[in-house]
Amino acid sequence: MTRLKGLQELFKRYRRPGDIVFAWAFLAFSLFLLSQLGSQAPWKSGGKTFTQPAFWPTVSIALMAFFAALHLISSALSPRINGRWTEVWDWVRSVEYAGWFMAYVYTVPQLGYLATSMIFGVLLAARAGYRDPKILMSMAAMGATIVVLFKSFLQVKIPGGAIYEMLPTTLRSFMLTYF
Amino acid sequence: MDVFSSAVTLLLDWQVLLALLVGSIGGVIIGAIPGVGAAVAIAILLPATFALPPLVGLVMLLGIYGSSMYGGALPAVLINTPGTAVNALTTYDGYPMTQKGEARRAVALAYSASFFGGVFSILCLMLLAPLLAKIAPHFGSREIFLAALLGIILVVLAHRGQIFAAGMLAAFGIFLQTVGLEPITYSRQFTFGQTWLTSGVDLIVVVLGLFALSQAFLLLTQPDERPKLTSIEGSMLSGLKELWLYKRVATVSSSFGVLMGMIPGVGEFTAQFMSYTYAQKTSKTPELFGKGAPEGLIASEAANNAVPAAAMIPLLALGIPGEALTAMMLSVFYVHDVIPGPQLFQNDMPFVMALYLALLVLNIIVLVFLMFSTNRLTKMIELPTRLIGVTILLLGFVGVYSLRNSITDCAIAAGFGVFGVVLKRLNLPIVPIILGMVLGGIMETKLRSAMPRVKNPLDMIERPIAMVIFAMILLVIALHIRTLIKEARNPPQDVDSDIHPTQGGSQ
Repeated sequence: MTRLKGLQELFKRYRRPGDIVFAWAFLAFSLFLLSQLGSQAPWKSGGKTFTQPAFWPTVSIALMAFFAALHLISSALSPRINGRWTEVWDWVRSVEYAGWFMAYVYTVPQLGYLATSMIFGVLLAARAGYRDPKILMSMAAMGATIVVLFKSFLQVKIPGGAIYEMLPTTLRSFMLTYF
Repeated sequence: MDVFSSAVTLLLDWQVLLALLVGSIGGVIIGAIPGVGAAVAIAILLPATFALPPLVGLVMLLGIYGSSMYGGALPAVLINTPGTAVNALTTYDGYPMTQKGEARRAVALAYSASFFGGVFSILCLMLLAPLLAKIAPHFGSREIFLAALLGIILVVLAHRGQIFAAGMLAAFGIFLQTVGLEPITYSRQFTFGQTWLTSGVDLIVVVLGLFALSQAFLLLTQPDERPKLTSIEGSMLSGLKELWLYKRVATVSSSFGVLMGMIPGVGEFTAQFMSYTYAQKTSKTPELFGKGAPEGLIASEAANNAVPAAAMIPLLALGIPGEALTAMMLSVFYVHDVIPGPQLFQNDMPFVMALYLALLVLNIIVLVFLMFSTNRLTKMIELPTRLIGVTILLLGFVGVYSLRNSITDCAIAAGFGVFGVVLKRLNLPIVPIILGMVLGGIMETKLRSAMPRVKNPLDMIERPIAMVIFAMILLVIALHIRTLIKEARNPPQDVDSDIHPTQGGSQ
């Protein structure tokens, strides 16, 4: 009995609420990949095992499924921690900010890097609960600073906005190069 | 001596010096802001450094890597929140010292121990360099494959209490690098007929998603925090004098840092654990550990700061990164067509030596900077976390989009950002995914190129170095099984915990 308890103790560590949801999801994902091995990474006839293109996908997915199953067992053997679905909701909430990020990505080629960064700096600060005009202005300045640092100074590859086409020729080429 | 003077010449270029200054001071500031950390900063800056000469780009990233832990000690000591994940152990003794009204003493000791650890490790490595230049050429495909395999095994086993999770995430990393067009037979693997998956999943996109964007999403979804700090009065130089009293602990801890830094997949946490245990066992007042023991603080900071220089050894000599930050730096080498490995160590020693000298100089710059600006730096800790989240999100875009102006990359990075939030909230490690991707790629290439010389399995380990690495793999697994059996016989008390020290979240 002591030995069994010991092994159980070994299986349940550093858990947080929602661990079992993640364990199930990861195992399901691993099993899905395992089921696709034949069609997505077929074994070629002839050739050594280790040089087969499908060798590493097969090994890695098999290991994923193996460890995911053990991780699930360890979660299932441990006492439940309350707050599972609250935790899952917190994960889902982060999708909103992924959406903000993608909106930023789609807007840059339209409005240009400078204007988009300043606008999104202010909008995101407002979304984070800030209403003080000083803070909102400072976030607009932060957006401008990032653009100056990376685009003007370090010359990273970010294309100009479609809106720049409406500017006079000299200003347009300046904006395209630096902002 | 020729190597040394050539290295100094390389380092004296104004661009390199500027990169060193920006990297080291920027790294301290980034390290001091809880929730940012060197990994986030390096991930964001990585694509920007591709346009710079290799030494300039690497020196800037090294500056951030080597100096962030100095800054990270400040919030660890003052507000019990580590600035970077590797400063977690510093809170154990640093914060109790602050509570006792000894904040200045604790901060000064943390800086001094970090400086000692940093300089000690660089001096060790400079002395070791000629030896490494002799050994490195004996590493062929088989040896590098086995060393990468050892790295993967160690990174999994180093996550005590989370081995199953670390194993599945490392395997996921290996899987990720196999997605896309396979380079030998040009067959498509796991693309599901989607053209956007044909070019595979880029390491930098994954790194930016898991480290930078996930941190932004996490900070934006969590309640705002704005810690209030009191300023620190008095000189920071007294720490160096006090460190002399504990020179034995500082030296042994730094040595652990050097040793653990050199072994791929192990790194700061194991070095800190070993040095802290050593310091406590050999202390005259072990009961003070966790309640404000200066030796505990020194053990933690000297060990973690000795790691960055040592971690460059497997990267430069073998092309094998031992942890996430050196894995990111590997891509800078590849972009500039500088292939780290035995050839680099053998043929371009001044380049390697210049990197070590840069690390040495950065420790001096950082110490001088901190002597005069600690109080200003505490203001950075007071920045509201949600606004930091907004800034990281805006910066994350530069990192991903500037790579190849791909909206698909941004969408993949956003997906990994959400995945990173789940991992961080569950205290699951991120580093195994990154190392799985990098070491998985190395294992695949090296195993394939080793195959023509391998007629039977024993040929894999016929050469002495390969045999030694294989013996190390067996030893590591055997020791782990032994520990499991011991724990099964004497189960540890209170095994559930909210915090795991190896959480890769803010590293």
